[in-house]
Amino acid sequence: MIAALIVRDLRRQWRGGGVWMPVAFFLLVATLFPFAIGPDGETLARVGPGAAWVAALLAALLPIDRLIAPDVDNGVLDQLAVRGASDELIAAAKIAAHWLGFGPPLMLAAIPAAALLRLDGAALWRLEAALLIGTPGLAALAVATAALIAGLRGAGALAGLLMLPIAVPLLIFASGDGPGALKLLAATSLALVAGAPFVAGAAIRAGRAS
Amino acid sequence: MSAELAFGDVTCVRGGRALFEGLSFALAPGGAARVTGANGAGKSSLLRIAAGLLRPVSGGVQREGAVALLAEQAALDGDATLAEAVGFWARIDGRPDAVTGALEAVGLSAIADAPVRILSTGQRRRGGLARVVASGAPIWLLDEPASGLDAPAVGQVEALIARHRAEGGIALVATHQPLDLPGAQEIAL
Repeated sequence: MIAALIVRDLRRQWRGGGVWMPVAFFLLVATLFPFAIGPDGETLARVGPGAAWVAALLAALLPIDRLIAPDVDNGVLDQLAVRGASDELIAAAKIAAHWLGFGPPLMLAAIPAAALLRLDGAALWRLEAALLIGTPGLAALAVATAALIAGLRGAGALAGLLMLPIAVPLLIFASGDGPGALKLLAATSLALVAGAPFVAGAAIRAGRAS
Repeated sequence: MSAELAFGDVTCVRGGRALFEGLSFALAPGGAARVTGANGAGKSSLLRIAAGLLRPVSGGVQREGAVALLAEQAALDGDATLAEAVGFWARIDGRPDAVTGALEAVGLSAIADAPVRILSTGQRRRGGLARVVASGAPIWLLDEPASGLDAPAVGQVEALIARHRAEGGIALVATHQPLDLPGAQEIAL
């Protein structure tokens, strides 16, 4: 069941153009930064990884109102529950599908973005590693937020307010360049991936009972 | 097909208001019940309790056999074709071969390749019914199965339910439209 759910979500993202949206958004932000900061290579290289991560965070936030709410509205989550799927399992499948839809494409987009931000080879590798480790945490956070705001009015603005503060540790460790930064990033990301299905599952259940 | 659905002293409260209290009934294989009542009387809530989606405040529901629920929403993906959307659920139910037959049974085989988003209300309703038929579940919970359907389609629904019962299935039908369910229990809320 979980594989069928992931495949379906990926297909829906693909049909909705959802896979290219985060990538285009990420590259657009990377393009805008040199305009805003100026073409000085050294400055760009210093703020580059941080800028790339802010872009990644916003790219993860972009499809948030399409992650859970449509499935609540058209009864898909109810149908899954009738078939005995736990809400936590559904949330875990959603996290996997969301990550597959934006994590790997973002890692590809990071290569041209690195050129725009004047990152050298070593910095690019570090950015790729941080994206690989950190984006699952972002996906988990996005799905948990999406489940919490499903069914609320004005949910889009609320999503940012809810999710961005919790993403701060990811941002700090992802763009820090100390020796332990990647390990701390991995720990944060792991905690988010482990906890988010339960938060999202409880939110889905609460929405159903109300 | 072994199936059983029994409500024992079930009370449902929504938004601080008791919709029904102490409701009991039992359905054996081949049995059916028609749930009637005014809008907001709790017909849909009763079906959601039967499906296990809502917890009753008191009382218990005994269920033996898989459940297929036709709720207000069809739960079919708008961007997929009708056959794909019904097929997604049939695959989860382990019956991918049942899709063609189910679409035929509800009279939609001609538009199996049409995207769900362009279907009319009645066609979507029948698509939801096809999902129920394809599931092969013995317990059918149908919430207003005839709403938005033309007269021939209503007859088709009645025939589908009759065939399902003849095979030993159970049908719990909430409706405010006349629907011919021979020998069905009447549950008035």
